[in-house]
Amino acid sequence: MTTPLLELSGLTKAYPGVVANSEVSFDIARGEVHALLGENGAGKSTLVKTIYGLVQPDTGQMRLDGKPFAPPEPRAARASGVAMVFQHFSLFDAMNVAENVALGMEEPPALNRLAQQIREVSNAYGLPLDPDRIVGDLSAGERQRVEIVRCLLQEPRLLIMDEPTSVLTPQEVNILFETLRKLRAEGVSILYISHKLEEIRTICDQATILRHGKVVGKCDPKTTAARDMAEQMVGATLSTPSRAGGRTGEVVLELTGLSAPAPRAFGTALRDIDLELRAGEVLGIGGVAGNGQDELAMALSGEMATAPGMIRFKGREIGREGVTARRHMGLLCAPEERMGHAAAPDMSLTENALLTAGPREDLVRHGFLRWGRAKGFAEKVIERFDVRTPGPGTAARALSGGNLQKFVIGREIMQRPEVLVVNQPTWGVDAAAAATIRQALLDLAEAGAALIVISQDLDELMEISDRFAALNGGTLSAPRPAQGLGIDEIGMMLGGAHDMAPAHGES
Amino acid sequence: MIRLERRPEPSRAWTVATPFVAVALTMVAGGLMFALLGKDPVEAIRTIFWDPLFGDFASYSRPQLLVKAGPLILIAIGLSLGFRAGIWNIGAEGQYILGAIFAAATGLAFYPAESWLVFPAMILAGALGGILWAMIPALLKVRFGTNEVLVSLMLVYVAEALLASMALGLLRNPEGMGFPGSRNLAQYPSAANLDLIPGTGLHWGVALALIAVIVGQVVMTRHQLGFRVRLAGQSPRAAVFGGVNPGWLIVVCMGISGGLAGLAGMFEVAGPAGRLGIDFNVGYGFTAIIVAFLGRLNPIGILLAGLLMALTYIGGELAQLQMNLPLAAIQMFQGMLLFFLLAVDVLTAFRFRMGRRAVA
Repeated sequence: MTTPLLELSGLTKAYPGVVANSEVSFDIARGEVHALLGENGAGKSTLVKTIYGLVQPDTGQMRLDGKPFAPPEPRAARASGVAMVFQHFSLFDAMNVAENVALGMEEPPALNRLAQQIREVSNAYGLPLDPDRIVGDLSAGERQRVEIVRCLLQEPRLLIMDEPTSVLTPQEVNILFETLRKLRAEGVSILYISHKLEEIRTICDQATILRHGKVVGKCDPKTTAARDMAEQMVGATLSTPSRAGGRTGEVVLELTGLSAPAPRAFGTALRDIDLELRAGEVLGIGGVAGNGQDELAMALSGEMATAPGMIRFKGREIGREGVTARRHMGLLCAPEERMGHAAAPDMSLTENALLTAGPREDLVRHGFLRWGRAKGFAEKVIERFDVRTPGPGTAARALSGGNLQKFVIGREIMQRPEVLVVNQPTWGVDAAAAATIRQALLDLAEAGAALIVISQDLDELMEISDRFAALNGGTLSAPRPAQGLGIDEIGMMLGGAHDMAPAHGES
Repeated sequence: MIRLERRPEPSRAWTVATPFVAVALTMVAGGLMFALLGKDPVEAIRTIFWDPLFGDFASYSRPQLLVKAGPLILIAIGLSLGFRAGIWNIGAEGQYILGAIFAAATGLAFYPAESWLVFPAMILAGALGGILWAMIPALLKVRFGTNEVLVSLMLVYVAEALLASMALGLLRNPEGMGFPGSRNLAQYPSAANLDLIPGTGLHWGVALALIAVIVGQVVMTRHQLGFRVRLAGQSPRAAVFGGVNPGWLIVVCMGISGGLAGLAGMFEVAGPAGRLGIDFNVGYGFTAIIVAFLGRLNPIGILLAGLLMALTYIGGELAQLQMNLPLAAIQMFQGMLLFFLLAVDVLTAFRFRMGRRAVA
């Protein structure tokens, strides 16, 4: 047997108060797609940052091609043939594709030559890309292509991909997988980080499962059931959220021809959205990020004013009503971005309770704040949603992402909304907390509230929605019953592959 | 190697301690500077910090402390509200001038009639003058997105030109033998802003400054306006989500800071200054910016910072007279205070870590 491409042995990295990686050992073979599985906080990021030279391990070694490998910085890792596609893109909206690619290179060739190379490489791997287009106009899937092509130009031997499909439509996922298979056939190894188990079962040859920084299992994902892998990740048996069933009532929210210009540069304009939302139902809205999700949520929350006659709440026209007035009525919203939008990072949880709960929880009287009540409300949210924090006086920034998410979603749920709009309710939250949040959302619908759940996670939407609709370029498809909706139909609703015809097959 | 590491939460202890550390460091560095100038550093520091309160001429300088601190505190309280919200009114000096012009014009319009109504009318006019001047940058920002720093600052120079025109023209004392400057309001009983307790320097403006400190503290800690101000300053997007209308907040904050600056101008022109001359403004509006930051944008802190700043001004003058220290050295000493405050400020959000990085 040949030596593996990359051997990790006994990697340990501790940060103050937490051991991110503890004695992690595994091998990545040549031409293998190797999955790295684990919940948030399991230590996946630290591990790949170690391989990519962003983090230096406390103890342990890595060997690349049998030779010791300890990159002090990403440049050294890239020079050794390790490339990485990050989950969050580092692209400049105002520059074109070629310029963005050039920015990530050590010694970029002249732009017109680079553009030619980009065309060649992107076509060879079935990821067509126009080097002259401005990145700000690209879809999320196309932006990812820019990142991938940037890596491929370096002719890597190991390609690390962090949650690559979280921004893609099902069709785009298929195109990406074709590319990965092609790379694998050429002998490139791929370290694939994801928590989407079905994808891993489709594309990966080997899987290593991390929990609390330790390797807790290795398996062949093609022959292991998704549920088994999930339970190894969590370290417990999982319960699926459930609800009694879809009784729906009166129409509470009505959108007629909702249109609004993009509120900022590179935002998305909303175009002619029609919708009727009934009490007790959960409407799931899918779509690739940047297709109007934020804008729709802002138009509903009242952060963005809309022309009269487009939004009705229980028959009343509310397009010009502000955020506070809508809260009084019972229309609540939980935005996607926790830090700096749903919560003020430097403020305490009590203050963050005041941020939205003032009108409905009677936390403000004659303009004066009722700190005692606010603290009490924050404590109730912390208790009910199991937010791990020393107390309501803690600053929001000090909470982990999942805990803060539980707090900001819980804060809205606890105000007994009549309509609740949530954007990415479980984004970056571990499986157990995600289940808690989904169950709470279902319970809320059961109690008679109407819910709009905007999410990138199709599995999540299929699990909790009564009806499903998709946002694409600021327009909303007609909602369809979620039950029995096939992945292909969903893909079509999401706008197919965004007219990015793959070049697979002919090459 | 020493490294800076971000604290998970800002340190409360350091938030309180930094002004004191900054004052101490200023004394050390300033003392060094005075020593290099060939003066006795201990004597210089004592002249600046001690003599104005307890020295030979304290009976003269002590009332001056309140007279100088009053407008500084009053203006700084207003500014701190906006600064906390990320609204940078740099033009308090201009609003102060306009307050004085409006108030003086109102008072002089009644001259020489005696009525108890004159003084309150001047107060209203002073506040109105400051508010109107502050509304120019405020409304331009809300409507056209102009930069309030530039507009408010530029309006200071317009205000100075207006002041000169008033002092030489419309408001000139008809019995002033052609000299520039208005009648002396301090000698017009209905308009005079006299000491509430004679000989202490505690005039109406100082009393109002103290009330502003208390109201400011209540607003910042217990009122929705204070919460919204802090929210808008810390995370503008969360503020909008929390129901804050950014345009409304700009108008309110600029209005309050302009109004208080105008009031400070009114009390100055009716009291300590007495008359509106071309050199009426002495930079209170700018110094108040330093006071606001030195006081950590906190009302109680501003009260102390205003007194401290007034002290260094009076002590600085004393040191110039008694020890022949150059004015530049005194100004540098005052500048050091702000410099050290900002430098030490880093410690509230960061902490020092000694030693090497774990693996270099």
